[in-house]
Amino acid sequence: MATFLGINLFGLFGQLLVGLINGSFYALLSLGLAIIFGLLKIINFAQGAMYMLGAFAAWMALNYFGINYWAALILVPLAVGFAGVLIERVLLRPIAGEDHLYSLLLTFGIALVLQGLFTQIYGASGQPYSIPDALKGGTKLPFMYLPDYRAWIIVASVVVCGLTWFMIEKTRLGAYLRAGTENPAMLQAFGINVPLIVTLTFGFGVGLAGFAGVMAAPVYSVSPDMGSNMLIVVFAIVVIGGMGSIGGAILTGLGMGIIEGLTKYFYPEASTTVIFAVMVIVLLLKPAGLFGKEA
Amino acid sequence: MKAIKKTLLCTGIAAAMTVSAAQAAGISDDKVKIGVLADMGGVYADICGEGCVTAVQMAVEDFGGTVLGKPIEIVSADDQNKPDVGSSIVRKWIDNEQVDTVTGLVASSVTGAVAKVLTDSKKIALISTSASHAFTTKACSPYNVQWTYNVVALANGTVKPMVGAGKWRWFFITADYAFGHALESVATEVVNSNGGEVLGAVRAPLGTTDFSSYVLQAQSSGADVIALANAGTDFTNSLKTAAEFGLTQTADVAGLLVFTSNAQALDPEIAGGMKLTTGFYWDMDEQTREWSKRFKERHGAIPAMGQAGAYSMTMHYLKAVEAAGTDDSDTVIRKMKEMKPDDFFARNATLRNDGRMVHDMYQVRIKRADERANPDDIFAIENVISGEEAFGPMLAECDFK
Repeated sequence: MATFLGINLFGLFGQLLVGLINGSFYALLSLGLAIIFGLLKIINFAQGAMYMLGAFAAWMALNYFGINYWAALILVPLAVGFAGVLIERVLLRPIAGEDHLYSLLLTFGIALVLQGLFTQIYGASGQPYSIPDALKGGTKLPFMYLPDYRAWIIVASVVVCGLTWFMIEKTRLGAYLRAGTENPAMLQAFGINVPLIVTLTFGFGVGLAGFAGVMAAPVYSVSPDMGSNMLIVVFAIVVIGGMGSIGGAILTGLGMGIIEGLTKYFYPEASTTVIFAVMVIVLLLKPAGLFGKEA
Repeated sequence: MKAIKKTLLCTGIAAAMTVSAAQAAGISDDKVKIGVLADMGGVYADICGEGCVTAVQMAVEDFGGTVLGKPIEIVSADDQNKPDVGSSIVRKWIDNEQVDTVTGLVASSVTGAVAKVLTDSKKIALISTSASHAFTTKACSPYNVQWTYNVVALANGTVKPMVGAGKWRWFFITADYAFGHALESVATEVVNSNGGEVLGAVRAPLGTTDFSSYVLQAQSSGADVIALANAGTDFTNSLKTAAEFGLTQTADVAGLLVFTSNAQALDPEIAGGMKLTTGFYWDMDEQTREWSKRFKERHGAIPAMGQAGAYSMTMHYLKAVEAAGTDDSDTVIRKMKEMKPDDFFARNATLRNDGRMVHDMYQVRIKRADERANPDDIFAIENVISGEEAFGPMLAECDFK
């Protein structure tokens, strides 16, 4: 086996790749959060619950309606996004002018209600969801066995994140979004329907979480607490990347996955803490986050 | 003659009075109150939780709702898997709500804290679902009763036959807290004492979602057996990942603690064929099926072993209260140890002086998809392990007479 300074390089490459896979999930989830925060200034604590909802929706689609994975990959994000639109219209709109704390508490409440509801109905043990047949099997790399589905996660996540980034930074629609962030009143004066943009953005951000949920269903157990486990880490990532920075969220998500992977190799017990340690350091040195603009 | 008659009469009356006095003092506060403490909404909700409450209710109803003419009451609470929450609930139960005994008891960390509170107040802990063997060994107490299984039985039941079959080299993926450490160390002893070797272990934090790093490390160890010293969703997630990364093809994966609900949550393609040890399986015979059917009608799912255990031990406790004629803990626990537990759950059973209920354990195999007649048809029983073999000997310092 190849070693360097007493480190098993093959093992290390394996961990780096695995870190990248986890980072793909982090990137998808933190991207949704960053978009919602960027435009709506809402700290969406229900993002984890929406991720859980996405996984459960995929499971329900398969078991109740016979909708397979590939169709779920399109339909579920739309459905979860629609749930997001409803939440925005019915619950968040009335408190839009209030302090951020209100929307934070409201979304946190939504998350708890959803998690409780699913625990009540489906139990805490989780439901099985198989990997689609086309992605079963794997490739033997020199340093590890890479399951096809994991490779697919990286590809799909990079494509979705890339498209989102492109749409927001490079297109006219994206320009409206960014303008709405800067000065909603001015944009409204130009005849743009800002409330509609706000609603759609929230729906889109939440839909991304739903997409991540479908992606996660075959590899992680579809269980009610899958979202809350993920949420705090994802928040730390958004803070590290800089609240509201789209590109920052994507890059930090991938980067933190890799750092976590390395930690799992060298000192697994610290793997759940390392991201928060990075967060503390970043906040001390660069309070606006790695890619955030200083206020 | 008259005098003698009078004396006899007096003695008779006096004796009768003593008996009724004992009866009156027998049941404290005019009721027997059982507390059920469990994780109601977290990772362990399915293996005890509301199901344990249902099981205890069934036991009370089957017993007739009263003991020695006094009503039996049940209270329940959610310990959230937090020792401090659990012990403050139990303290309140004892101080303000006249609770006589506490059952349920899931996460070993919570049970450790709660058992101390109960022992201090001379109340009996009826431990249904906790895995650690500490409660009847290094933290033993005359008031602890542990019913369903423990880590020693799991290791003896699952690890020993595998080492015996020539699987020498082991690697552990362990849940990083008291229970996982206990399970790993007991299993390591069993591996070593049977001539095997432990190549390494990796400690994954409780509630880890992604096990791929740990699976890779296990894979590169070159072990014959990868043992999963974890439980609940940790177990399902780690096994799923092991299958995905092809680990199940190159090595045996042994689940050291698997509950029926966890086995149900897994794709039979992945879990099928795995061997494990359990204290109870619903579909064993007529008796277990009869009780489990009644349980499922009320609870909506087949019973996990700890839920069946909670019923069995509550029943035994109530029988002991009746036989002892009092709910005084010292008298009842003596009676519980005197009487042999015998019901659908407890087979060839005795409650030892250390509080360990020793009974038949079962080595089972998870059925493949084509063997399953319905979604509840999960295990095939392969072997019955006698209690003595499974639980090992009692420590001298825990021999509470």
